[in-house]
Amino acid sequence: MPFPLFVALRYLRDQPLQTGLILSGIGVGVAVIIFLSALITGLQQSIIERTLGSQAHVVVRPQEESPRVHPDAGGALVSPSVEQPPQRVRPIDGWPDLRDELARLPGVSGVAPTINGPAIAARGGGSVALAVRGIEPASYLAIVDLESRLVDGELELTGLQAAVGTELARKLGIGVGGRIRIQTTGERGGVYTVAAIFDFNSVSLNESLVFVSLRTAQTLFGIEGGVSALELVTEDIFAAEALAARIRDRTGLDARSWMEQNGDLLVGLRSQSMSSIMIQVFVILAVALGIASVLAVSVVQKAREVGILRATGTRAGSITQIFLVQGALLGAVGSIAGIALGTALAMFFASVARNPDGSATFPVALTGWLYGRSVIIAMGVGVLAAVLPARDASRMDPATVIRNG
Amino acid sequence: MGESVPAGETPVVQLRGVRKTYGERVVTEVLKGIDLQIGPRDLSALTGPSGSGKTTLLNLVGLLDRPTSGTVEIEGTDVGGLDDGDRTGLRAAKLGFVFQFHHLMPAFTALENVAMPLLARHGRPAPWIRERALALLDEVGLAERARYRATDLSGGQAQRVAIARALVAEPALVLADEPTGNLDTETSAQVVELLERINARRGTAFLIVTHEASVAERCHRIVHMVDGRIDSDRRR
Repeated sequence: MPFPLFVALRYLRDQPLQTGLILSGIGVGVAVIIFLSALITGLQQSIIERTLGSQAHVVVRPQEESPRVHPDAGGALVSPSVEQPPQRVRPIDGWPDLRDELARLPGVSGVAPTINGPAIAARGGGSVALAVRGIEPASYLAIVDLESRLVDGELELTGLQAAVGTELARKLGIGVGGRIRIQTTGERGGVYTVAAIFDFNSVSLNESLVFVSLRTAQTLFGIEGGVSALELVTEDIFAAEALAARIRDRTGLDARSWMEQNGDLLVGLRSQSMSSIMIQVFVILAVALGIASVLAVSVVQKAREVGILRATGTRAGSITQIFLVQGALLGAVGSIAGIALGTALAMFFASVARNPDGSATFPVALTGWLYGRSVIIAMGVGVLAAVLPARDASRMDPATVIRNG
Repeated sequence: MGESVPAGETPVVQLRGVRKTYGERVVTEVLKGIDLQIGPRDLSALTGPSGSGKTTLLNLVGLLDRPTSGTVEIEGTDVGGLDDGDRTGLRAAKLGFVFQFHHLMPAFTALENVAMPLLARHGRPAPWIRERALALLDEVGLAERARYRATDLSGGQAQRVAIARALVAEPALVLADEPTGNLDTETSAQVVELLERINARRGTAFLIVTHEASVAERCHRIVHMVDGRIDSDRRR
């Protein structure tokens, strides 16, 4: 065992009350960090999961159609105003090659071609506005886990089959095997059999979204062989915006990330993270001051011994190390206690508050990274807090402290 | 005055014209030109009234302080130009200390206290350090107290442990500042006897600051200081 560690351990063991108190302080501080981080990260993950559970991380579409201006023979504009033309469902040129190219981009974990367009569902006397999405179930499952959202039927979208949401099924009074008429604004349409019913935990999606096969949607929207969007998922969800920008630059297409489409959500998540970080910073500061004050007192208490150590040939560097090691040890042991306490608190909290379906109201994210980070922070803070006391100790004049001892 | 080493032998300590002053606005001269040699195997007493400069001289010889002027040599090395790290290294290798209060470290056992200077120098515990510390504890008659905490030893025992600690690095010179000043007469006599025995057996030189005539008279040489100067230096 190295000399500074040997002395540091003995000093800490020799003052059980002082050591116990500061360890408790560090433990409570780390527990607060663990608990808060686990709770806020869990909540954020849950929100993001719910949001991204039903959408792609990046959607690539053709650029919107811009108005065309027709000057007269003399070059003057005739119309007093310029109006945006209504947007049609338009195909992406050369989409199979583009799909393959996007799939090869670093950070992309899945690409699926889709067709998205408006339609109306009718049954009996009732009608509902729809957002029809044509998909290849095999590739689309990499984007949205539809299987886990199914509450009835099977995801076999062939021919005139459709998957509808629970709200739409309720509104139209149909179940699996029921038939609805779907018609687009282009007067194309047909009668579809409900093959599956899904639940996205969102009333608006459950009410308006209808999945049909890609081929069916091509016919429905009159873009045979084409697709209107390529939907992507990324390995790191927060890298989606950068990826979208890269795709825009590379292809000239309209590529939008989930972050752009959920701006308010992102602001909310960031505010939440900032509040959490601020709380943690103050907790860390309190822990650092606690360690520093205990070690400062320890240096005063051990002044005579430090003097003797110096007089008997211990180098100033070793004296510094003794107190730095004490700071690191306090941080390490305190953080382990804090991890245990914080984990217990978080798990207790998660187990007490439950949704009707049994899932946690406040999901907590207890990860190895959170634990590792807490230990590193606590040890780092311990060492930093020990720097000044350690420096004071190493600068003690042995003759003076022995004389005054 | 102060030449006491036979020709051909290098003195353990050589002081030439050493002066020491304190204060900037009001200057107090504590040592006023000290010339002193301490030879190998010397058992020397440093006596004198309070304020005569004994402890200051001891601190200069022990490299715990620097002279205002003059030179201090340890086994022929002029320490004036050495930085703090080199002085610490030289102190660890050549000098041992015994204080009036034993100044043992209460968190450690007698054995660990004795081994401490070697642990600090070597950087980590080693079997040979333990063996040497145990042998020294045996030499001072405290082998059976090796595992006792410093706080569980009597004053005399603690001082004997402190003497063992001073000897563990096998120094050329042990500096003892009133080593019996805090002990009763009987224990004091035992400690002095121990110092004599170690001096005779190991040949370690001792410079003992003392107020007690009974201690000084058992030394081979008595250096008497008055008012920052060596008043007399006589061998017995």
